[in-house]
Amino acid sequence: MKIIVLVKQVPDTWGDRTLDLRTGWLDRGSSDSVIDEINERALEVALSYQDGNDAEVVALTMGPDSAKDILRKALAMGADSAIHLLDGGLAGADLLRTSEVIAAAATKAGFDLIIAGNESTDGRGGTLPSLIAGRLGVAQATYLDSVVITTDAVSGHRATENGSMTLHSPLPAVVSVTEQSAEPRFPNFKGIMRAKKKPVTVWSLADLGLDAAAASAHSVITQTSPRPARVAGTKIVDRGNAGVELAEFLAAGRLI
Amino acid sequence: MFQLSEDQRDLVAMVRDFATSSLAPHAVEWDQTKHFPIDVLEEAGSLGMGGIYVQEDVGGSGLTRSDAAHIFEELAKGDPTIAAYISIHNMVAWMIDSFGNTDQRKKWVPDLAAMTSLGSYCLTEPDAGSDAGALRTKAVRDGDDYVLNGVKQFISGAGCSSVYVVMARTSDTGNQGISAIVVPAETPGLSFGPNEKKMGWNAMPTAQVIFHNVRVPVGNLLGAEGDGFGIAMKGLNGGRINMGACSLGGAQWALDQTVAYLKERKAFGKPLIDQQALVFELADMDTELETARTMIWRAADALDRGAPDLVKLCAMAKRVATDAGFSVANRAIQLHGGYGYLSEYGIEKVVRDLRVHQILEGSNEIMRLIIGRTLADVH
Repeated sequence: MKIIVLVKQVPDTWGDRTLDLRTGWLDRGSSDSVIDEINERALEVALSYQDGNDAEVVALTMGPDSAKDILRKALAMGADSAIHLLDGGLAGADLLRTSEVIAAAATKAGFDLIIAGNESTDGRGGTLPSLIAGRLGVAQATYLDSVVITTDAVSGHRATENGSMTLHSPLPAVVSVTEQSAEPRFPNFKGIMRAKKKPVTVWSLADLGLDAAAASAHSVITQTSPRPARVAGTKIVDRGNAGVELAEFLAAGRLI
Repeated sequence: MFQLSEDQRDLVAMVRDFATSSLAPHAVEWDQTKHFPIDVLEEAGSLGMGGIYVQEDVGGSGLTRSDAAHIFEELAKGDPTIAAYISIHNMVAWMIDSFGNTDQRKKWVPDLAAMTSLGSYCLTEPDAGSDAGALRTKAVRDGDDYVLNGVKQFISGAGCSSVYVVMARTSDTGNQGISAIVVPAETPGLSFGPNEKKMGWNAMPTAQVIFHNVRVPVGNLLGAEGDGFGIAMKGLNGGRINMGACSLGGAQWALDQTVAYLKERKAFGKPLIDQQALVFELADMDTELETARTMIWRAADALDRGAPDLVKLCAMAKRVATDAGFSVANRAIQLHGGYGYLSEYGIEKVVRDLRVHQILEGSNEIMRLIIGRTLADVH
């Protein structure tokens, strides 16, 4: 069983996160960069299976040179090896380009199962796992609150607006997990010290046989502006019909 | 030496996550309820904190004393008491790992390293503290056993630990008559006094350990007969660095809280941080901690290298860091005003916890004696 876990370096959600208004890209210098929390949960799902079964866990990221730090964290937690997709031509890559590159890397590396977080805390696209599954032509089971992996299949629960559903798929497959899925372990001291000795493969676009000159994004950002300052919310004072007013307010916002 | 390596940054980051999530939220409650969190210690053990500088073949983490200094400072930011207990436990694990034979190491160290069993260090007696060579607990050889009689005082973890490393007198020849003997908790004749009521360090038990015809095999002797005093003193070198590091962590936390408070608290129309007199006080506190930190790192480096002046440097670092730690934390109360005196804010707890660091692992008077003797011997 070979499991690829997708990990991403994101700005720490504890700090202020800002965009570079000139490029429309994330300002990486304005906050600490960390492994996305949801990726730690995805990795925990893989490692929990590995604890009791024969499995190889590979952490895969696409990102700038600094992303090697989060690969080291994934290796410290227990991943066996890592793949770093590193290429200057990938700066500003959108979801379509990212999915193309990751799918190519997964194909090159080989896999039985790909586990991702349901959405990143920075881009919050939430569609990358589906896009990758589509490009690979394998089944997808996304937004899983729990995951059960067996030697030839994967299953799990997904909460829906009206209840929940159980999904099953034979392998190979792509799954994405929610914050409910697993509580990630801390890396222990030995894991931290061994992380550096584990293999990290770096692949460029050329290594993947992809066109380095292709556009990294299919849309163009024409304008960016800072987030407007917060304004005071709506206050409903009860003059006998507050219940109605509240219901109307929520309905207008499509909240009920 | 004056900059953390990449490995050390990763180690510290993990310890910070652990201390922030598993220690800090409970520290005040554990103090107030005198709760010894054995389950959390086991979690710490699973992360490698039970045998930080124990060799890897018996489950240790195989790290350096310098690594440990960073680890203990970070742990103490979450709770100085638990950090300090983990230091004591590590001293026990390290003693058996360093001075035990193969059988002893394999028998006791793996569980200690995992913290599924806890360790206590038994040196001090009711009438022998700083003058450790005056200890009177006896271990009398009887066939293939030693029979121990006596009382040990102020023993951290007493009653909860599974393994007691006991310094006992095997002959009446002063320091050379002391031997280090491992006594398992289940040994008949071993009993404990009541949990002492004390100023701080409430989240760990402190009690007398009482030996009444306690019989253990001679195979429980660490090293040779008469090695005990040397083993005890060697253990304390590292213990002093760790306690200093724990003082740094507790005080750094108190200083960080204070800076945040002074930025937020307004008086006379502006935040307190705008009062130059208070900023000068903060600057002094920060400088004293950084000075102490430099000493701790240097002493840890000396211990890692086995430098000839390591005993002196460890003593100096312990004295400087534990004095600075208490002083800074105490001033943090003052800068918090009445709120610093309330238990809820956690500052007064840290002050109570750090106070004892000036007394134990060799009192700070003994540190000066050790330093002074090196001068007297040279000339």
